[in-house]
Amino acid sequence: MNDLVDLLKKMLTAPGLSGFESPIREIIREAWQPLTDELSVSKIGSLHGFKEGQGVSPRKRVLISAHMDAIGMMVTHIQDGFIRITEIGGIDHRILPGQPVVVHGREDLPGVVVQPPGFLLPDSVSDGPVEMKYLLVDVGLPPEEVLEKVRIGDTVSYAQEPLELTGEALAGHTLDNRVSVAATTLCLEALQNRNHNWDVWAVASAQEEETLGGALTSPFEIRPDIAIVIDVCFAKGPGSSDWQSLPFGEGVGLGYGPNIHPALFDAFEKKAKALEIPYHRDLMPKMSGTDAMAVQIVAEGIPCAVLGIPLRYMHTPVETVSLKDIRRAGRLMAAFIADLDDTTLDKINWEE
Amino acid sequence: MTKNSELTANKGFDIGEQQIELLEKLCNATAVSGDEHEVRQIVLAEIKSFADEIEVDALGNVLAKRFGSGENRVRVMLAAHMDEIGFMIVKKHDDNLFQFERVGGIDERQLPGKAVLVGRDHLAGVIGAKPIHMTTADERMKKIPVDALRIDLGPEIGDKVKPGDRATFATRFKLHGPSILAKALDDRFGVSMLIELLKHPPANIDLLTAFTVQEEVGLRGARVAAYKFNPDMAIAVDSTPAYDLPHWDEEDENVQYNTHLDAGPAIYVMDRATIADRRLVNLFTRAAEAEGIPYQYRQPGGGGTDAGVIHKTRAGIPSISVSVPSRYAHSAIGLARIEDWENTLRLLHAALSRVTPDLLAGERRG
Amino acid sequence: MKSIIKQLVETPGPSGFEHEIRDVIRDAVADSADEVRVDALGSLIARKGTKTEEGLRVMISAHIDEIGLMVTHVDENGFLRFTNIGGINPLTCYGGRVLFMDGTRGVIGMDSIERGKTPKLTDLFIDVGATDKDNCPVGVGDVCGFERPFLDLGKRMVAKSMDDRIAAAIAIEVLKRLESTPHEIHFVFSTQEEVGLRGATTAAYGVDPDLGFAIDVTRSGDTPRFSPKMATALGDGPAIKVRDSSFIADPRLVKWMIKTAEESGIPYQLEVLEAGGTDGRAIQLTRGGAPAGCVSIACRYIHSPSEMVDSDDVENAVELLVKLLSEPIILD
Repeated sequence: MNDLVDLLKKMLTAPGLSGFESPIREIIREAWQPLTDELSVSKIGSLHGFKEGQGVSPRKRVLISAHMDAIGMMVTHIQDGFIRITEIGGIDHRILPGQPVVVHGREDLPGVVVQPPGFLLPDSVSDGPVEMKYLLVDVGLPPEEVLEKVRIGDTVSYAQEPLELTGEALAGHTLDNRVSVAATTLCLEALQNRNHNWDVWAVASAQEEETLGGALTSPFEIRPDIAIVIDVCFAKGPGSSDWQSLPFGEGVGLGYGPNIHPALFDAFEKKAKALEIPYHRDLMPKMSGTDAMAVQIVAEGIPCAVLGIPLRYMHTPVETVSLKDIRRAGRLMAAFIADLDDTTLDKINWEE
Repeated sequence: MTKNSELTANKGFDIGEQQIELLEKLCNATAVSGDEHEVRQIVLAEIKSFADEIEVDALGNVLAKRFGSGENRVRVMLAAHMDEIGFMIVKKHDDNLFQFERVGGIDERQLPGKAVLVGRDHLAGVIGAKPIHMTTADERMKKIPVDALRIDLGPEIGDKVKPGDRATFATRFKLHGPSILAKALDDRFGVSMLIELLKHPPANIDLLTAFTVQEEVGLRGARVAAYKFNPDMAIAVDSTPAYDLPHWDEEDENVQYNTHLDAGPAIYVMDRATIADRRLVNLFTRAAEAEGIPYQYRQPGGGGTDAGVIHKTRAGIPSISVSVPSRYAHSAIGLARIEDWENTLRLLHAALSRVTPDLLAGERRG
Repeated sequence: MKSIIKQLVETPGPSGFEHEIRDVIRDAVADSADEVRVDALGSLIARKGTKTEEGLRVMISAHIDEIGLMVTHVDENGFLRFTNIGGINPLTCYGGRVLFMDGTRGVIGMDSIERGKTPKLTDLFIDVGATDKDNCPVGVGDVCGFERPFLDLGKRMVAKSMDDRIAAAIAIEVLKRLESTPHEIHFVFSTQEEVGLRGATTAAYGVDPDLGFAIDVTRSGDTPRFSPKMATALGDGPAIKVRDSSFIADPRLVKWMIKTAEESGIPYQLEVLEAGGTDGRAIQLTRGGAPAGCVSIACRYIHSPSEMVDSDDVENAVELLVKLLSEPIILD
């Protein structure tokens, strides 16, 4: 059980913002090395882990997509040694003042996001929440040194250390979506000891938070027969208690809506019931907000399932998940994959 | 005049009882984006003896081919979407009332006080609103937010409805004089015309019909259908709004009507998703004039059809859209003219019959 | 280069109607390209070079369409209502002059609106001097661009459609100057960028590049009270794009571009554009993906009829691209 926490903490030591995923990719590569037959990197930086199935060739392919990129910020301007930033991915600027960050310049520089005093701001924001374009990052160095070490376009990541909370909960930044990468790793581990007919392509995808780039390009190359997208979903908590949010720590989300093939939803539901893995229907009336939005419409179309790990405070540096749900997701995926056989695709139709 | 009588002598381009019955069946069916089952079943039943090849793909599109005869046939894709705007039930409240979300673009002001049908069994429900007696004048000037509305199917609905189920307006198809009143004319008109064309195809082309899914939530089905077909050219067949109502100030002219009822099929030059290939605009214009079919150009501007994704597929596919004008799209009751529908079908056949390999042999110029 | 720039910026060609500008460019590259073709959406693709062992298939994309207007209605008195092609700011329209594809010229007028209010596009109309619907030479569906002559201020140049005709000029010049290359380079003069990168999307699929660059303008943060603060400035050199709102340039490619610029002594600046997208995205996300970047020209007053760039930035951009394309491209 400590392994999972260790793996997560390790993954959280690396930044890996959308478009700049190299650091996290290397950590995932190391973790997947003993679990896969072949590792490769896509043209835009997604990691592909191939694990051959035991069925007779030509084998069908299942793709697992877990995005590895993180949200964060980027340097836009340097003024008197203070750094101005823009976002990568979606950040609510109200959580930024006072946040510890790391500026990835010529070296990694610790800093803090600063809300300037009202008299240095336009009247429109002097009282209320301050938009990102008026915030500053202070790295505590003299201006000339900042100019030597920091450049326009350098990335800035959250510096919050992960915290273990009670009840097997973990809090930290970028649990969206490193927890899904962890769950995929657990799935690959489970598959070491089980037969699976189909070939498995585990993809740690790039750029989900910005362009869904990895989700558009990796399936084009791999052309899977079905895909499982695993991402975080909303857990009930302060300010998010309505139908879009699932109970915290009480099971995985199974996506349901136009983005998901109903036969795959049914297959996952059946499996979860059979294994007594708690789950909830995660309603997605229009789009899923995940890699599946892209994967489903690549080339001739790919049937998708969407698994969700409920998470509180999404896109803040204190995202919170239950480790139990991560394990459940990994277990469920492995069991589903082990079941895939020659009859599976016949059942994925629209005749219901 | 000879041309017109030749035309009426041809089968399949008149709207008769059979066509109207089919449209009624299609409009009354429920097929919200992502759950197009009911319409898909109707389509498959109708076309199975007419198509040379039929397939249902990963997203649920029905892809049907009918091959023409002769050499060097141009491969023409026609797309019409099976899905309609509607709702998804998202939560059951303690009082047995259901909260819902919209699927596709619906103005929330169209919702209060409407009848709906829920689920595969078409269970009857209503979207109520507070009695006026309990409202204030100020309150009545504000929109009722969707998350405050509820669908009521009666106190003993029990488990028959659950979150995830889809719902549509309960409108039933009706004819009245020259007009049709129905829901989902967008795009059951298109679906009905594609079925007719499969039954009576022009012989000079290979007809690749795509009955697409999920158009209302991002033109998703058409994208993969176009990738699969990889046609030489494409036509999206849809229904487009006619905002041809009077301005409240009689002095002022309505200059944003989009299309007019009674003015015939609407040929698209430009919407927000596609700038039509001029060669295809000319094809349709010339066909209409040659056969004496009334037509109009849809006002350039907003909106989009399946052509929006088709033309950007692979290395590019010359595309255009042609639609039946209809009032009150994306509301409970749409209103259109039978004659506009008929003329659209005629125009499609006339244009398709005139497609030759020369049409797209040169460069796209405007 | 100024004479080709003048010719390019003054040729009408809003998105979807690029045939005239394409003809101009086709003539300009005839002698330098190995092969020229036009694809289904009208993009002109000029190939130079064949792929050697250390070479790649490279796509360069400069969009040839410009923003414009399309007529939606002709009223009884011959006034024209219109919709936008690409991003049009109503504030830049009033009093402007337009040129239709058929040569008709006109002026943009405005309804009387409430004092202090910003006009919407629907408050504007075009006046071509017609007196009623029947004697109006243009109709629904007809297309026009803005009309302004090219203005040479010496170091600075001003014209409408520097976005993105300046890039087309750069691409043409690079094609001319490129003596040898290990790469197979496809110079794509793309259509319909302003309405959503459409030409580059289909061109990229057709070319199937290993890697690519867009060439486009970017905003310049050096004018009074510019917000949000942006570090680019006219004259500071061609900008190596780190990101814009449509894509994030491949950092390996950015690194290589910086290295090349520094080793060749070519001035450059780094660019982060918070609002604005380019063809780079279309290259990066095509098929199985391709590393993509962008060489940008800092530009003031983008999407107004008077866009301003620096001629040294333009010349340096040509040099940078020639350098980048003359040698193997090594990403690590």
